[in-house]
Amino acid sequence: MSGIIGYGAYIPRNRIKVEEIAKVWGADAPSYKKGLLLEEKAVPSPDQDTITMSVEASKNALRRAGIDPREIGAVYIGSESHPYAVKPSGTVLAEAIGATPDVHTADLEFACKAGTEGMFIALSLVQAGAIKYGLAVGADTSQGAPGDALEYSAAAGAAAFIFGREKLVAEALDTFSYTTDTPDFWRREYQYYPQHGGRFTGDPAYFKHVMGAAQGLLAKAKMKPSDFDYVVFHQPNGKFPLRVGEMLGFVRKQIDPGWLVPKLGNTYSGSSPLGLTATLDIAKPGNMILIVSYGSGAGSDGFIFRVTDRIDEVRELAPRTRDLLDRDKVYLEYGTYAKYRRKIRKAE
Amino acid sequence: MPTPSRYWREIPQRYRLEAEKCKGCGLILFPPRLVCPQCGKREFERTKLAGTGKLLTYTVIRVAPEGFEDQSPYAVGIAELDDGARLTAQVVDCDFSRLKVGLRVKLEFRKIHEDGAAGVIHYGYKFVPE
Amino acid sequence: MRDVAVIGLGMTKWGELWAKPLRSIFVEAALLAIEDAGLDRIDSMVVGCMSSGLFVGQEHLASLLSDYLGRNPIPAARVESACSSGGLALRQGFIEVASGMSDVVLVGGVEKMTDVTGCEATFALGTAADQEYESYHGLTFPGLYAMMAVAHMHRYGTTRDQLSMVAVKNHDNGSKNPLAQFPSKVTVEMVNQSVLVADPLRILDCSPITDGAAAVVLCPLDMAKRMKKPAVRITGSGQATDTISLSSRKDITRLESTHIAAGKALAMAGRKIEDMDLFEVHDCFTIAEIMITEALGLAAPGQGGKAVEDGVTGLRGKHPVNPSGGLKSKGHPVGATGVAQAVEVVKQLRGEAGERQVKGAKRGLTQNMGGTGGSALVHVFEAD
Repeated sequence: MSGIIGYGAYIPRNRIKVEEIAKVWGADAPSYKKGLLLEEKAVPSPDQDTITMSVEASKNALRRAGIDPREIGAVYIGSESHPYAVKPSGTVLAEAIGATPDVHTADLEFACKAGTEGMFIALSLVQAGAIKYGLAVGADTSQGAPGDALEYSAAAGAAAFIFGREKLVAEALDTFSYTTDTPDFWRREYQYYPQHGGRFTGDPAYFKHVMGAAQGLLAKAKMKPSDFDYVVFHQPNGKFPLRVGEMLGFVRKQIDPGWLVPKLGNTYSGSSPLGLTATLDIAKPGNMILIVSYGSGAGSDGFIFRVTDRIDEVRELAPRTRDLLDRDKVYLEYGTYAKYRRKIRKAE
Repeated sequence: MPTPSRYWREIPQRYRLEAEKCKGCGLILFPPRLVCPQCGKREFERTKLAGTGKLLTYTVIRVAPEGFEDQSPYAVGIAELDDGARLTAQVVDCDFSRLKVGLRVKLEFRKIHEDGAAGVIHYGYKFVPE
Repeated sequence: MRDVAVIGLGMTKWGELWAKPLRSIFVEAALLAIEDAGLDRIDSMVVGCMSSGLFVGQEHLASLLSDYLGRNPIPAARVESACSSGGLALRQGFIEVASGMSDVVLVGGVEKMTDVTGCEATFALGTAADQEYESYHGLTFPGLYAMMAVAHMHRYGTTRDQLSMVAVKNHDNGSKNPLAQFPSKVTVEMVNQSVLVADPLRILDCSPITDGAAAVVLCPLDMAKRMKKPAVRITGSGQATDTISLSSRKDITRLESTHIAAGKALAMAGRKIEDMDLFEVHDCFTIAEIMITEALGLAAPGQGGKAVEDGVTGLRGKHPVNPSGGLKSKGHPVGATGVAQAVEVVKQLRGEAGERQVKGAKRGLTQNMGGTGGSALVHVFEAD
C-alpha cells in the first residue's frame, strides 16, 4: 500500500481581476468572465518564483506528514517556469527542507502536467520499494502574453505531495497516463511568452487527453464516475473542467471542492494538484477521489486515491487551500502587475 | 552582492536557519561562530531558529542600494524570535500601514536578489505577518 | 607618554568636486595643514579613508598620497573603520607622537564619493554593515538608522520635529562655515516635507555624499612650545567597538561604543563631560546626533530630542554640539570627517572660528562613529 502521507499548498496573496486586464487591452470584460468562467487570478510578488512557492508548499506537506525530511529519497519539482534554464530548482528545495545530500532530484517539465509527472514518479519509486518517501511538487509562475487570452488566466501557485507506505492520508489505488504528440501550446527557447493554437487547444488537445486518461483509468480500475466522491481536472479556465466532467458523466457536486480556477486562475503545473489539496482539505475517510491532469504537447496523468482515517488528524496541521485562496488578498492594478511580471522593458 | 561561493557557504543559514547554541551561557548564535561573544566559550550545540517572533523595529527603504532598485520601496525590520534570537530581514506581504513595533511575524522562503538577468538567484528568509 | 599638540590645520571647501581626483583633494588639505604648522618636516603620515577601493578603485592609498604629497620615503599608513576612519587616523597619529615613535605626524582624512552612482555609493557605504546578514537583505545606512529612530521614538517619544531641529541647528551653524557643502539654512517644515529616504528619515535628515579632505599636523608639546605656536593639546583619546549588526546590540536605542570611548578619553584627560565647552559629533543622520548626546551624557537616555528642542545643544546653548554645521551641513566625505572634527575644535580653541565661535572655548571633544556604532573614536582637546 502506497499513497499520500502529507500534502500542502501555497498561493501568493496578490490578485488581479479580469476587468483590470480587459480595461488595458480594450477587451470586453463581461464576455471574458462569462466565456472563461474566471473572475481573478493569483499573481506572484517579485520575490516569489516556482522555487520559493515549492519550498513553502513542501513545508506545509511536511507538517502534515510528520516525517524526518532526511528520509526523503526523491524530490521533484514539475513546472514550466523553472527559474533557471540550466540549474535545477529541485536542489534548492531539497536543501531548504533538509533532504540533502542523499536524495534523488530531477526537474520536470511538460506544460501543465509537470506536477503530476513528479507525483507519478515519486509514487512509483515508493511502490517499487526504491525509496522510503518521495516529494513531488507542481508549481508555476507562468506568463501570459500581454493582450492575449491567456493573460487573463496565467496564475501562480504550488502544491506538494509526500508519498510513502505508512500512515497514509490517501491510498493510491491506480494510475493511467495518456500521451500523444499534439502541438497545441508551446514556447521555444529564448521566447519570453508561449504561443498556442487557439481553438485547437480544445477538443484535439485538452478534451481528447483528459477523456483518454479518465476513461482509460476507469476501465483499468473497473470503476465508473458514480463510484467517486470527488473528481479534479486540470483547470485552464472555469469552463473546460466542468464540460469534461459533464462529458464523462460526473456531477457538479463532485467537481466543486477542487474547482479553484474562478478565483485562482490557471496555476499550470499546480492546477490539478491544488485542486487535489483543496479536495483533501474537505474529504472524509473512505472518500474516493479521481484526479486527471493535462499538459499541452500533450498528455494527461490520472490517479485514483482513497482517503484514509488519518485525514482528520492531519488536515489542520497546515493551512487549507481555500484559506490561502481567500485570505488577505491584495488587488493589483495593471501597472503594478506588469512591473511584478516583468512585462515592462527596462534599460539593460 | 555575493559571489557563488559566498552565497553557497551561507545556505544552511539562509535556507534552513541553522544556528548554534553556546554550551556555556545558552546564547543562540546566528550565524554560528567560533567564539561566543557573551561568555568566550568555544563549544556549541546545533539548533535552528524559531520560525516566528515579533518586530522590535522596522523601516521602509525608498532609496535602494545597487541590485535592489526594482524592489523599492520595501520594508525591513529586526525581529526578536520566540527563542530569543534576533534577526534582520525584509518584511513582505504587509501593507506599510500595518508595520508596527510588536507586529507578530513568521519567516518565509523568498527570493532576496538576482544578480542581473544572467547571474545566480539569491534566496533566503523574509518576515510575513503571522 | 609625551604630551601631543596640534600645530597645523588644513581643510578645503567640501562638495561635489567633479574636477578634482582623490589625490589632489587630499594633497590640497595636507599642504594647508603643513603651511599652517610652519614646519616643513613630516616624519610619518596616517590617512583615514573608508573605501577608496570601492569609490575609485584605488588601494595602497597611503603610498599614493605620500608620493603625491612629495614626501616619499616617509612611513605612511591608511587606516579604516568605516565612517570613523578619520578619528582612527587621529588616534593612530596621536599614539605615534605620544609614544615617541615619531615627532611630526601628518594626520589626514579623505573620501572621493562622486565618481560612482548614488546606488553604488549606497552600496559602498553599506559595506560598513554586516554584509551577509544586513546588507544581503537590502539594508542601507539610512535604513539602519531609521530603524534606530523608530525604536527610539517608540520607546522615548522622540518626535519628528525634534529630528528636524537637529538639521535646522546644524544648517544654521553651517551657514557660518565658508567650507561647508550646504551652508543654506533649513526650517523644520522643509525637513518634515523633504522626500522620504527610509521612513521616518527624510533626505534632510541625512548627511550628504561629499568629496573632501582635512588634515592636521601633530607634534610633541615641547616642540610646539619651542616654536612658540598656540598649542592646542590632545589630552584624551578613546576607542571602542561594538557589534557589527544592529540586531546584535543589547539596546538598539543606545550607542554603547560612544559611551565607552568617551569615558576612556575623558579619563585619560582627567576631565568630566561637563568640563567640555563644545562638541563635534557624528550626525550622519539627525537621530544619530540625538543618540550621541545621550551616549555622551549631555542628556539623559531618551532625552536627546528634548535637549535639541530646548536649545541645550545650540551654538549659544549650554552644550554646543556641531558648531561647524556637523556632517549634515558641512558634508560627510567619510574618511575625512573625523579629522575635520579635530580641525573645527582646534580652530574654536584657538579663537579662530569667526561667526560660529563658541565664546571662551577652552576644551572640546570630538566623537566619530563607524557604521551603526560598531566603532567609536573620541578625542579631548584643550587649549593651554
